[in-house]
Amino acid sequence: MLVFIFRRLTQAVIVMIVVAFIAFMLFQYVGDPVVFLLGQDARPEQIRQLRTDLGLDRSFVVQFGHFLVNAVQGDFGLSLRQGAKVSRLIAERFPATLELSAVAAVLALLLGVPMGVYSALKRGSFSSQLMMTVSLLGVSLPTFLIGILLILMFSVGLGWLPSFGRGDTVKIGWWSSGLLTLDGWQHVVLPAVTLAIFQLTLIMRLVRAEMLEVLRTDYIKFARARGLSSRSIHFGHALKNTLVPVLTITGLQLGGLIAFAIITETVFQWPGMGLLFIQAVTFADIPVMSAYLCLIALIFVLINLFVDLLYFAVDPRLRLGGGRH
Amino acid sequence: MKFKSTLRLSALLSALVVASFSAQSQTLRVANIGDSLSMDPHSLSESLQFSITGNVYEGLVLRNKDLSLAPGLATSWKQTSPTIWRFELRKGVMFHDGTPFTADDVLFSFKRTQAEGSDLKSYTNDFKEVRKINDFTVEIETKSPFPILPDVISLVYMMSKKWCETNQAVVPVDRRKGIENAASFRANGTGPYRLRERQPNVRTSFSRNANYWGKIEGNAQEVIFTPIDNDATRVAALLSGEIDVMEPVPVQDIDRVNKNASTRVMTGPELRTIFLGMDQKRDELLYSNVKGKNPFKDKRVRQAFYQAIDIEGIKRTVMRGASTPTALMVAPGINGFDPTINVRLPYDVEAAKKLMIEAGYPNGFEVAMNCPNDRYVNDSRICQAVSANLSRINVKINLQAETKGTYFPKILRRDTSFYMLGWTPSTYDAHNALNAIFACPDDQGAGQFNLGSYCNPKVDELIKKVQSETDKTKRTAYIKQAFEMHATDIGHLPMHQQALAWGMSKKVTLTQLADNFMPFKWITIQP
Repeated sequence: MLVFIFRRLTQAVIVMIVVAFIAFMLFQYVGDPVVFLLGQDARPEQIRQLRTDLGLDRSFVVQFGHFLVNAVQGDFGLSLRQGAKVSRLIAERFPATLELSAVAAVLALLLGVPMGVYSALKRGSFSSQLMMTVSLLGVSLPTFLIGILLILMFSVGLGWLPSFGRGDTVKIGWWSSGLLTLDGWQHVVLPAVTLAIFQLTLIMRLVRAEMLEVLRTDYIKFARARGLSSRSIHFGHALKNTLVPVLTITGLQLGGLIAFAIITETVFQWPGMGLLFIQAVTFADIPVMSAYLCLIALIFVLINLFVDLLYFAVDPRLRLGGGRH
Repeated sequence: MKFKSTLRLSALLSALVVASFSAQSQTLRVANIGDSLSMDPHSLSESLQFSITGNVYEGLVLRNKDLSLAPGLATSWKQTSPTIWRFELRKGVMFHDGTPFTADDVLFSFKRTQAEGSDLKSYTNDFKEVRKINDFTVEIETKSPFPILPDVISLVYMMSKKWCETNQAVVPVDRRKGIENAASFRANGTGPYRLRERQPNVRTSFSRNANYWGKIEGNAQEVIFTPIDNDATRVAALLSGEIDVMEPVPVQDIDRVNKNASTRVMTGPELRTIFLGMDQKRDELLYSNVKGKNPFKDKRVRQAFYQAIDIEGIKRTVMRGASTPTALMVAPGINGFDPTINVRLPYDVEAAKKLMIEAGYPNGFEVAMNCPNDRYVNDSRICQAVSANLSRINVKINLQAETKGTYFPKILRRDTSFYMLGWTPSTYDAHNALNAIFACPDDQGAGQFNLGSYCNPKVDELIKKVQSETDKTKRTAYIKQAFEMHATDIGHLPMHQQALAWGMSKKVTLTQLADNFMPFKWITIQP
């Protein structure tokens, strides 16, 4: 166990360094921020001075080394665009993204699992087929199109829900939450649904496939032969076993939800990290971009580690070390 | 007795009506495609930041609705000698924190524009000294005659010396040192609105300044500004009634917003002039199949390009009517614009072909064109249309449209043969455009955006005269001559002024300014 964790942490550090390097290298090509930092009336010597001040005239290796040293201390400098500490900018945006992702994940699970179970048990029925067909749309339609369609329908057409922003928030320490106000909940519905649809479809299809597989196993036949109730068989035995791979996929996808909320946040002007990142890319705000990518890599690494540890807890075979006498 | 009771009851009802009316809190909700990068008015020379901070801060000189100069924090100004301007300051003006505005704040503010981190150095570089004569009189002495100084300083907003010292904001934020600065996030100006809450790129709220020195024409008690990057979302927010004013409306949505029962679009020409430039300096173009010579050095080729571009067609199909073709490189509203010479060469494909043959290119040639795709209104599509137009005179355009982040560094290195640029004179005066775009490039900043290196020494002489001539009539004549020479040379290919398109609820009345500034003080919203 400890050896396992140690090995994972070593791999994590290597991943973080590689991501930092790749991110930093890629940013040599996104554009020159100096052009945007100075207005059109700046003189040539001002431009040269600013480039020197920002260290952009130093070699790549020196810049990267400097970046790494600061990054380890959590210091990513100032946003070139806003003149604000990058760490503070991201801390401000983090709660919004995490809350959106969490609501989307819960929504996907609460709807995806029951729908998957239903379509497995009622296999071949019209409603089940319809569910499967409609779910294809969830996978096929791009997120921004789903978002815009939902806005047109529920905000412009019906006027039920707001089309942008996060609504009223409540501050608890450094965290600002939109989940403690009605206005906040109204604002989170459309973005969360937009983000959840892909996940929901994935979970539904996964649950259905696993459920069908489990229902064909010998122990289910045996349970049925013993005269157990259908409910007991379906939910007590089949569903529990079905959830093991669902747990894995959901955990890994949570990282995806956080990282790829970018498009949803852009469409809904949701003030999270993803929107901050997109704005940084447009402006070639290198410190913000670097910090964001490193943070996302860190989140993925931690989630992977957590899911693997969870596996130890959930799957008895791993716990016993495969001992068979 | 009954009469008295009735009268008393009527009076009471009237009072209630008046009270309820005046108690109504008018909130204005404004959305924009972007946000101010900072609340520090000296940290960046950029239209949107000037527009937003201009609601909170003010200059000595303000602008009227027609963009002419108006008294602001100075009640009058006079050029007492070629190099000295004297400004009489307005008395009784208070900053939002209650501090009185005096000459010390003026000296401090102008000095602050020269500090490290300021992007307004070019506005005050030519100042030799700013002197305090008394608490309400200052003199600005310049290094050389400076005829348009009041125009230039209209965008230098006055900051409180005391507040900046108290809040560690004596200089604009220095990105190099990684030190944050209070003025980036908070504000203390003299303007009609005060900054109440600031969440960068999320939401900024303003409240009406009850102690404003002048009259506020509009009725907004509170203004909530929200950046909404996504065009579709911004339009949806207006149509669903969640915002009252939005800017810009994409040209393809103008009809849709106008057809909606509760919204409308106000359009008008912007101050920004879009034009195309050509490399006229190199003996051989960097990105062309013509070897051994530069076709753009030949005026006939430049004229052929000009007359082959169907600018009315571009207005009709690309801009959906939302553009104003132009022959001049500055817009109406810019001092020095002259409608009598704003006459384009006619669109004439046959004439253009003849010119190409005369110039020695009967079979045309290939050249690369560089354009941004996210900077001006429909910029990449304009360039596609130009490519199609030029193909009729056998010019094959290899169009490279890219994001502004990579586009501007490239063309600013002059790494281009044929490019698009837009220009808005920040001084509202033609000299700014003449000096930046027409002048022969040098290392002092002249011709800095003359990226094709058009060069005519006679035009340069005129530009120098324009810069220092204090007689208005003569100065205007020099400007006109410079424009005429440039047009004769075909130094650039002027295209159009792009249009402003502001969407708003029909409950809103406002003034649309050609500089794309949105002063809240002129906006009225009905309940």
